This record gives sequence, structure tokens and C-alpha cells, in this order.
Amino acid sequence: MSSALRAIIEPGFFASSPVQLALEVATAVALVASVIGVFTVIRGQAFAGHSLADLNATGGAAAFLVGVGALWGFIAISISAAGAMQAVGIERRRGRDLATGIVLGAGLGLAALLLYLVSTTSHDSGATNLVLFGSMFAFSSSTIVPVVALGLVALAIVAVVYRPLLLSSVSPELAAARGVPIRLVGTLYLLALAAAVALSCLAIGAILSTALLIGPPAAALRLTRRPWLAIAAACAIALTSCWVGVLLAYDSYYWDWPPHQDGWPVSFFIVTLVFLAYLAARTRSPRSRR
Amino acid sequence: MIDPPADLLALEGVGVTLGGREVLHDVSFALAPGELTGLIGSNGAGKTTLLRVVLGLQQASSGRVLIGGLPRSRRSAGIGYVPQKFELDPDMPLRARDLVALGIDAQRYGIPLPSRARREAVEAMLRSVDAADYGDARVGELSGGEQQRVLIAHALIQKPRLLLLDEPLANLDLRSQTDVVALLGRLVREEQIAVLISAHDINPLLPALDRIVYLAGGRAAVGPAAEVIRADVLSELYGHHVDVLHLHGRVLVVAGPGGAGGVDMTLGHGDETEQHR
Repeated sequence: MSSALRAIIEPGFFASSPVQLALEVATAVALVASVIGVFTVIRGQAFAGHSLADLNATGGAAAFLVGVGALWGFIAISISAAGAMQAVGIERRRGRDLATGIVLGAGLGLAALLLYLVSTTSHDSGATNLVLFGSMFAFSSSTIVPVVALGLVALAIVAVVYRPLLLSSVSPELAAARGVPIRLVGTLYLLALAAAVALSCLAIGAILSTALLIGPPAAALRLTRRPWLAIAAACAIALTSCWVGVLLAYDSYYWDWPPHQDGWPVSFFIVTLVFLAYLAARTRSPRSRR
Repeated sequence: MIDPPADLLALEGVGVTLGGREVLHDVSFALAPGELTGLIGSNGAGKTTLLRVVLGLQQASSGRVLIGGLPRSRRSAGIGYVPQKFELDPDMPLRARDLVALGIDAQRYGIPLPSRARREAVEAMLRSVDAADYGDARVGELSGGEQQRVLIAHALIQKPRLLLLDEPLANLDLRSQTDVVALLGRLVREEQIAVLISAHDINPLLPALDRIVYLAGGRAAVGPAAEVIRADVLSELYGHHVDVLHLHGRVLVVAGPGGAGGVDMTLGHGDETEQHR
């Protein structure tokens, strides 16, 4: 058994402190992204979530220029972009995609400029890669506290508004008729989404973070019929993908190909595993309904 | 002397102006327990606006709305509501019983603890609308008629005295229409609630209706069907001559000579109805 394990897990995996930190951050991020992501998918706001994530490239690059941690840039952009989406009226399905797309284009243009400035003014050649694709083994140990705090805030918001949020996600008309303040609930949800996106960007980068936000919930929806089971299944898929992703990335340091390499990107493994989980869930025929 | 029981719902001279257009003008009627009232009118006649006023989602520009004899409070407590548009993806992770359970306390904050009383209340409600067979199915996978039953269960589980339904028969096949109307008729009698049901076609409702509120041009004619669906009453309401045709137990309202075109006020799309029978 232990020799079989050793074949899969390279020596030093559990002893390595970057690995431990990566596992801790990945766990927090996977849980938060899955819980919030289920509501994002139910509300049909996957594109808004994706745009929010892409816009975070601007925040990450700006943080590098200013010289603060990327997480702070992600948080600042996430919350202000979510606020802008609410102001534009994210509940109005028609205008929403158009407005989101236009703002997204402008934001990514700005990101291109900022990332160019980062690459020319600093000697940190990995910054662009870090902002866009993340780097789980590059966290400093001070990262974990804000990550957990932000995650707890997002989860607390969802726990408090769970029922009104669920009903207004299913049918705004039903919720409004029962006296649910749907605008307030929608705003609180967007705040939680902003936090989840910021965390997700930190873990696997601005470009890839949607995979963690949308992928596990989308797969979970194929597998379950109850809201809380869908949340639990999404968490399980995300956690498995993240943990196995970190493990494979660690292993890849010992791989012989390509030569002279320092290990494959963690984000690649996580995103690929999420995608495979989604494909596997899709092959499952929907259960007979009665 | 005992005062007569207050009407569950009373509208007194309600008018609504939206964007400079008068959508409703001086609409008055009252609903008593044990009555099924049809809110009849063509598309755009103001049916949904009127329901929104009753729910408190739309302010009336004039007149007042009394619920149980009192001016309505801001929140629509004590009113069950089934909205017109209800579309769910088949993969929405929400079983019929989850939607009914949300009818108990969806406006409350926090996460509910599982409780036996809750489960039993949901099960009893599903049985009373004949939906127990598909309580575990996802709502998005149910047929239109099944969804209507589940929505009615969602609306009624807190035992409101007043139930509003916005076009519940639209997009249902004839069999489901008949079933839903029979269910509503039974609930009205057994629970002694008042039901207000909007429809553009009066015919599927005719056997069960106690009264109708007929909306046209923003104004309303109120009374038993036999007293409202008459050429003189409706001509007065529309402001020009209309004919009421009786056809094998169904009624059709069509514009008479000199009317402004027949299509708008044809009750029930005659050609569709013909195809089904």
C-alpha cells in the first residue's frame, strides 16, 4: 500500500510548506466558489461571473504596479465591478449581456496596458502569468488569513439569505409576491460572488477562475435534484479537482518532460480535472423522475 | 346585530396610470370566501397590473385596496400567488417538494433545520393538490399542468385566505385546463378561500366561476357570467358594439359591424379552440 502511494505521491509532498499552503488556500477557495457558483448557475449569470473574473486581470495587474498583494487588487475590482453590474441592472436579462460585454472589453483593454507596464517596469517577469493563470505554490504564508476571512464572509452572506436567495433565483416573481426584498438579496449575493471570484482569481488566475466558479456547479446540477445536495456535490468535485491538481503539479516537478522544467502549472491540472468531471457528469443519463 | 363578515378583498375605485397611460380606471369589486372569480380580458387589458396592485407590487394612482376590511399593509402577507411566467430549466436542482417547502418560509433568513413537521406539512399539501406522485421530481421536468399544481401548493401551504393566479391555464392542454379548474373549484369549497384567476379565455373557467370581473379599455364590468357576458353590457364597456355568440356551450365575444377590429377582443382564440375539440 505505502509503496503504491509512494508511486503516486512523490516524497516530501505532505512535508513541503508551499504544498501545505496551496492545499489550505485551495480548500477554502474550492468551497466558497462552489457554494456561490451553484447560485450563479441557477440564476443564469454564468457570463456575468466570467466577466467579473476576467476584469480581475486589471485589478491583479494594478496591484502589482502599486506593490500590494494581488488579492487586494482582485477584491477591489471584484466589488466595484459587481457594484457596476448591479447599477446597470443585472436582473434585466436583455440589456445585461450587452452591458457586461462592453464593460468587459474596456476592462480587458485596460488590463492589457497595465500588464504591459508591469512587464516593462518591474523585473518580475512572472507577474503576467501569475495574474492571468495563478500560481498556487507562490503564496506567502500571510495569504491564508485574508483568504479564510473573505471566504467566511461570502459563506455567511449565503447562509443568511439562503431561502430568499434560492426562491428569487428560481423565480423573481414568486419571491417578490412573498415580500422578499429581491434587490437587496441580489446585491448581497453579488457581494458574495465578488468575494468568490477574487478568491478564485488568486488560486487559478483571472482567466481560469470561471472554471472553478461554474464548472463544479454545472457538473453537480446534472447529478442531483436538491439544492443543498447540488451545493455539496459541487464542493466535492471542486475539492477533489483542487487537491488532485496540487498533487499532480507537485509530482510534475519530478517528470522528465519537458527537460529543464520546474513543474507544470497547478491551474492546468485543476481546470482540466474540473472539465473532465463535467464531461463525466454529462454522460450520466438523467434519472427517471418518479 | 352582527356585522356581515368583511370581504377578503375589496377594490374601491382603483385607478392605475403607468407612463401617462391610464391602465385601469375606477375598478371596484369584492371577493368573498368560497368564491371563484374570473378576471377576464384580452392581452394588455390590465389583468396583471390589477393583480400586482392587489399584491402590493404596484401602487394604485387612485382608489384603495382593502384586505379583510383593512387597508393593505406594504407586504403581501396572507395572499397566495401563482405568477404567469414560470420557466425552469430541467436541470434546476429543485424538487416539487422543495418548491412547496419554500412556500412556508422563503422570506425568512438563515438556514432551516430539517423538521418532521415541515416534511409532513409539505407532503399533506402535495396530496391535497394531487401532486404527491411527483413530489420528488425536479420542477423543471414537470408538465405545465403538474407545475401549476405544485405552484398552487407553494402558494397555499401557509393557508392564505386569498389566492391569485395569473393566466394559470395559458399553455396548458385542454385536459390539464379542466383538471386545474376542477382542483381550484374543490379548494375554494373545501378551504373556503377566495380565488381570483386571470384568463384571456373564459371558456375553460365557465363551469367553475361564481363571478367575473371583465376588463376592457381599463374599465371593469362585474357580476355573474350570465349578467356580464352580454352584448349590451360588453358593448357599453368596450365603447362600441360587440356581439356575444354562444356556440355549443362556449361563448365568443367578437367585434360587431363598425367595431375596431375583431381580433383583440375575441375571447378565446376561436380557431385554436376548434382544433382541440
